[in-house]
Amino acid sequence: MDAAIEVSGLRKSFGDHLVLGGIDLSVPEGSVFALLGPNGAGKTTLVRILATLSAADAGEARVAGRDVVREPMAVRSVIGVTGQFSATDIYLSAEENLLLMADLWHLTKQQGRQRSAELLKLFDLADTGRKPVFTFSGGMQRRLDLAMTLIGSPRVIFLDEPTTGLDPRGRRLMWELIRGLVRDQAVTIFLTTQYLDEADQLAGLVAVLDGGQLVAQGTPAELKRRIPGGHALLTFTSAAALDRAAAQFGDQASRNETDLTLQVPADDSGRSVRDVLSRIDTDSVAHVTLHTPDLDDVFLALTGQAGKDQ
Amino acid sequence: MTTYPLRDTSTMLRRNLKQELRDKVAIGAIIGIPVLFLLLFVYVFGGALKGSVRLAGTPVYVDFVLPGLIIMTAAAGLIGISTQTSVDMTAGIIDRFRTMAIFRPAILIARVVASAAQTLAAMVVVFGIAFAIGFRSHAGLTQWLAAAGLLAIITVALAWLGLAFGLAAKTVGSASNGPFPLILLPLVGSGIVPTSTMPAGLRYFAQYQPFSPVINTLRGLLLGAPIGWNWLIALAWCAGLGLLGLAWSISVFNRRDRKRGVPGPGFPGAPTQ
Repeated sequence: MDAAIEVSGLRKSFGDHLVLGGIDLSVPEGSVFALLGPNGAGKTTLVRILATLSAADAGEARVAGRDVVREPMAVRSVIGVTGQFSATDIYLSAEENLLLMADLWHLTKQQGRQRSAELLKLFDLADTGRKPVFTFSGGMQRRLDLAMTLIGSPRVIFLDEPTTGLDPRGRRLMWELIRGLVRDQAVTIFLTTQYLDEADQLAGLVAVLDGGQLVAQGTPAELKRRIPGGHALLTFTSAAALDRAAAQFGDQASRNETDLTLQVPADDSGRSVRDVLSRIDTDSVAHVTLHTPDLDDVFLALTGQAGKDQ
Repeated sequence: MTTYPLRDTSTMLRRNLKQELRDKVAIGAIIGIPVLFLLLFVYVFGGALKGSVRLAGTPVYVDFVLPGLIIMTAAAGLIGISTQTSVDMTAGIIDRFRTMAIFRPAILIARVVASAAQTLAAMVVVFGIAFAIGFRSHAGLTQWLAAAGLLAIITVALAWLGLAFGLAAKTVGSASNGPFPLILLPLVGSGIVPTSTMPAGLRYFAQYQPFSPVINTLRGLLLGAPIGWNWLIALAWCAGLGLLGLAWSISVFNRRDRKRGVPGPGFPGAPTQ
């Protein structure tokens, strides 16, 4: 499989503030890549360089095999970009915004009208009619923004925090759309997000950007494996039952007298749970909660460390 | 890569014209400000001022003051384009255009052409109101054509300057307030009263500031009075201001990393700290 996006040694500073300190990454065609990072980590700067809006100080970046500095027009002809803030024309209606994009993609009148009608329906904007965008809610504007990005059927799509400011329903709709694009049209998606479950839900590959460096890269599962901390949380019916169980696990367990809970190491496999339960009197356990490391743990562990240097 | 200069420019032009027609507040300001000053000067100050104006050979005050207020319309148009451009910049739609495989100068050219069309239309309205309140011209067809040409030239020149202001401004507020003093510049020139009535230092400024030769030329053409070399000085100023605006616009537009004053909503690409 060819790489849709390839970046090597990319560096960028604003004045003496280093934003990107040598970034290497590769995104295979037809996949979703999620770039995670705290606010101000440089996610938007990286997107702007890849989208030909900003120039790097050093390093190389290729999108769909074309160099972003030497062949910006070739790059622009295959990309679509949705930034953090809605880039729509607020005096135009939803349809007029889409037809404007269709014209700038040089589609024929008929193609433009057809694509625009499809997207209005898909994004639940068909009944907005001639109303100008400034009357739209934030969620409607975000949906229109993404529809405008999609109208020319770009092969590589950059989504800079696409679900920031959306309600849970809007977020689910966005996720469905992203999955559909990758599944049906094999487009490549480069996504930045602060929401770890979003990366977990969508991305095949995840990278964590912090302090100008990619501090981790891999599949969500690989990243989670790097973090210890899977455990079972047992809540007991009485202090006596808690005492008896705690004696079974010794130093491995940590207990909380007020909540009557005991935390013991475990993962989410059936065998691990059986091992834990076989050592105690299950009748005295009120309930059991399993916790496996999620990307939140990964994120906090990785970025917390880098945060100390700043 | 195939580029479509004409198609992209006409697409952008249609978009900008639609936007202008729907932005009623901007239309109101571009027509309203000069009309307000016209009525103010003709009806409130006109009675007191016509004596000094009669000395300059113009018996009817509205005939004297109109050219200055037509040029004020051009300055109001400059503020209009500056504001519209800044709204586009801060909303991020210019950045969206910049990520697309389009003929980039279309973004700037269409904005200038649409703004100039809007300003020239506003001038027609101001002329209409002036005729309604008693303005009379002694110009023949040639003079009217020359006047129209002059107005088109200064409007386009100021539009490029306004475009540069709007591209460079960090906020919409500074894009609309920054060039505001230009609206009042015709007053501190030959627009309202003859410069010969002013004290020495001010008179010097009033005679030589860029709008005065344009106003003098326009007045001469409309009233059938001699214009001397004013037309040449006027054209030189228009060329100078227009080229300055053009060069400044291109330089700001091509700067790939725009530093933003206020990172926050509406400012994608702000260097984050």
